[in-house]
Amino acid sequence: MSFLLECPHCGPRPVGEFAYGGELGTEDLYLRANVQGVQREAWFHRFGCEVWFEAERDTRTNEVLVTR
Amino acid sequence: MRLDRRAGELIDRSSPLTFTYDGRRVDAFRGDTVGSALYADGVRVFSRSFKYHRPRGLLCCSGGCAGCLMEVDGIPNVRTCIHPVRGGETVKPQGALARDPLVLVDRFGGPFTPVGFYYRMLARPRRAWPHVEALLRSMTGLGRAGGPRDARFDSRFEQVDVLVVGGGRSGREAAARHEAAGGRVVLVDERPDRAEPLPGVEVLAPARALAVYEGLLVPVLAERTMIRFRAGRLVFATGALEQPLVFPGNDVPGVMTPEAVRRLLAFRVAPGSRAVVVAPGAGEIAELLRSEGIEVLEAVDLDSAPQPVLRATTGRVELNGRPLECDLLVASAGRQPAWALPAQAGATVAYDATRGVFVPASLPDGVEVVGAAAGEGAGAVAPPAKSEAKGRCFVCLCEDVTTKDVERAVLEGFDSIELAKRYTTVTMGPCQGRLCQLTSIRAVARAAGEGEAAIGTTTARPPWLSTPLGAFAARHHAPGKRTPMHGRHEELGCEMVWTGIWRRPHSYSDHAAETRAVHRTAGICDVSSLGKLLVSGPGAVAFLERAFPNRYANLAVGRVRYAVLNTDTGRVIDDGTVIRLADEDFLVTTTSTGVDVVFESFLRWSGEWGLDVAIANVSSALAGISLSGPAARELMEQLTTADVSPEGFTYLDARELPVAGVPALAIRIGFVGELGFELHFPAAFGEHVWDAVLEAGDELGVLPYGVESLKTLRLEKGHILVGQDTDSESNMFEQGLGRMVAFEKEHFVGKLALEHLRDAGDRRLLVGFRTDDGTVPREGTSVLRGGRLLGRVTSSRWSEEVGAAIGLALLPPEASEAGERVEIDVDGRLVGASVHVGAFFDPEGARLRS
Repeated sequence: MSFLLECPHCGPRPVGEFAYGGELGTEDLYLRANVQGVQREAWFHRFGCEVWFEAERDTRTNEVLVTR
Repeated sequence: MRLDRRAGELIDRSSPLTFTYDGRRVDAFRGDTVGSALYADGVRVFSRSFKYHRPRGLLCCSGGCAGCLMEVDGIPNVRTCIHPVRGGETVKPQGALARDPLVLVDRFGGPFTPVGFYYRMLARPRRAWPHVEALLRSMTGLGRAGGPRDARFDSRFEQVDVLVVGGGRSGREAAARHEAAGGRVVLVDERPDRAEPLPGVEVLAPARALAVYEGLLVPVLAERTMIRFRAGRLVFATGALEQPLVFPGNDVPGVMTPEAVRRLLAFRVAPGSRAVVVAPGAGEIAELLRSEGIEVLEAVDLDSAPQPVLRATTGRVELNGRPLECDLLVASAGRQPAWALPAQAGATVAYDATRGVFVPASLPDGVEVVGAAAGEGAGAVAPPAKSEAKGRCFVCLCEDVTTKDVERAVLEGFDSIELAKRYTTVTMGPCQGRLCQLTSIRAVARAAGEGEAAIGTTTARPPWLSTPLGAFAARHHAPGKRTPMHGRHEELGCEMVWTGIWRRPHSYSDHAAETRAVHRTAGICDVSSLGKLLVSGPGAVAFLERAFPNRYANLAVGRVRYAVLNTDTGRVIDDGTVIRLADEDFLVTTTSTGVDVVFESFLRWSGEWGLDVAIANVSSALAGISLSGPAARELMEQLTTADVSPEGFTYLDARELPVAGVPALAIRIGFVGELGFELHFPAAFGEHVWDAVLEAGDELGVLPYGVESLKTLRLEKGHILVGQDTDSESNMFEQGLGRMVAFEKEHFVGKLALEHLRDAGDRRLLVGFRTDDGTVPREGTSVLRGGRLLGRVTSSRWSEEVGAAIGLALLPPEASEAGERVEIDVDGRLVGASVHVGAFFDPEGARLRS
């Protein structure tokens, strides 16, 4: 895991600066869709602006398509 | 002995240096490497091989092979051929060079010790295997682990526009081209003689690009610093690697690549006196040797002639059956582009049958390969169909793998290159395939009766260069926090301890005396590290009602309430207090280590729930001191003019009042079980208030106490420490906090899971215990009954106040009643203990409320 994530405020930063907040859109306590493909996720810029944002990431390639 | 002076030589003859090798002095010049100086000194055998203990010497002299590995200043496996001499080093060979008794393995072991023999021949009897394995390990391997313990590495990050790996001609051209186009360009090269400056380009040499990771992240090791480069564009000018010829005795010291000869000559060291040359372009190499006064007996140019039947032994080469007395055999099959790093970046490679080498075929975005690495001037001859000479032909010198080993592996069914690699360990040695990848692919292709293109290459994996483990453990920017009173603790000679990111006082001198002071008079504790979050706004009450399982709507202004934070799945993740400062303003305190998680959760929930609430992390803005003990009120009276009487300032009250002239928030809580005041005030006044409290308490006998006393005191009260008495499965019922949960609330975090847990019943409970004989068991040890495991000890201490060894343990409900008998494992011995329910000290809380 050493890809870059584009923080909506701080721009592209190493993924190590962020905390992963899990996949979005699930109401279940334990079950996750765990898709192989593009997934909506929550990320928190822990060592940066300290703001939560949403990202769309391809779980196969770690390519981050959108952040908002 | 050095050759005469030449323009462009790498040594500075005006600057002599010395180092010790195997206990004797060796002379060198500035610019020398340890290897070149040793060679000039007459050393020919540099190491013994991994398995057969065969003598090895300088083969590639360019930092590729394992022939020159030695111990330098205690650091094992240093490639001496590229390790610059600085003067004063202590260099030692690894193992016995001159008389190695294990050379018997080479002489007699051959037919009995093929690759993987130990798994078959020595695997039975099973019980003997550990001993056999230990013996085999002692007989094989490279170097001795250990080395200096004070060797520390640092690490940092760099973002650059272009990173050029390789400082040869094409690398420098590419760097200059990118520099002209604008942007920050960095060039790295592992050779110390490639440090020549380039205008506008940052040149780092010697610095080794170790690998390419996801997102084009390139770790570069420069001396003791690991620099993690994130480049917009990567340029690989990694050059080509000279490939050894495969023939019996191709590992004998004195067999060298043309590149090794060129480099030794640049150090003005004669590689030999009588030479035979078998390589593409042999005429040119012979010419070079002759110009240095070295006799060339025979030169076979592989560009025009087929590979002759060769066999080498020490001091002798057989060329097509003709013996030639010589001390140097310059042998090469040609040059193979060094594509491993581009391949790690995502480049594909393909076999070029006309030239006989693998070359980069397609490149990912943002990656360039230039010069010899891209295939310029590359080409390698294939060996003859069947070697006619007898003896070991090494495919992989590092791992002592012969052509026979590869053939046998293919016969046994390991016919894919990936399988053959894992089975024979070919290409897995220190050279990481530099000198053996192409030859091993050829050997597998031949044995399998297929072409090289069909066999393909193995996956290129990081790291490409052998790297000291210390580099991976390199220090980052040290994330340490000190409280505003840190200096005062140091002045008092306090032993400090890490709690998460914080440095906190452990004990000042005698923690038992500190604990006693809290019980008899009063003690003060630096609690600045507690997490503090301000929660304000019209939605603050609704927010807290939803975040926590208990009620806050009915918390009066100026009152404090204990708070436990759960996950969605009903697990305890943090605890603290909620203080109502005003109608819409709350201060939430958290544990010292949990504040980041709580803050992150609060921010996320405030958005998700759409509540009008502002969350501010004020942890570091406020210093904190906790005053506890029977004399705490007397102490407060000296520090403030405000009313601190039992009637005016009752248990769980919060007041804003001046302390030593500083505006502070004082709350009456008692984690340690005595009458207590916790003060929070601006961090800038930390030392001032600390000094004032200690001065006021001097006559009363007030002592500062650290976390060691704190842990004993809270254990006497049975107060939990989240993270110590809880684990990832702990819930509020188990922790004895079930009554706090207000299930009547419509929503709160973890409600659904807590309802399930309530209905399912307890699986285990946190209860106290005391041991019969006063032994303090280790935290984490097992609790048993009748030989059956029941649970584990989470906390344990000796309590002077209780007069017993006490602790907390997680036990099943049937063993959780007061007075239940259990046994605790104390280093293998079973110690009897009785279960205790409730606080050990002042169970009614009279002292706390006084």
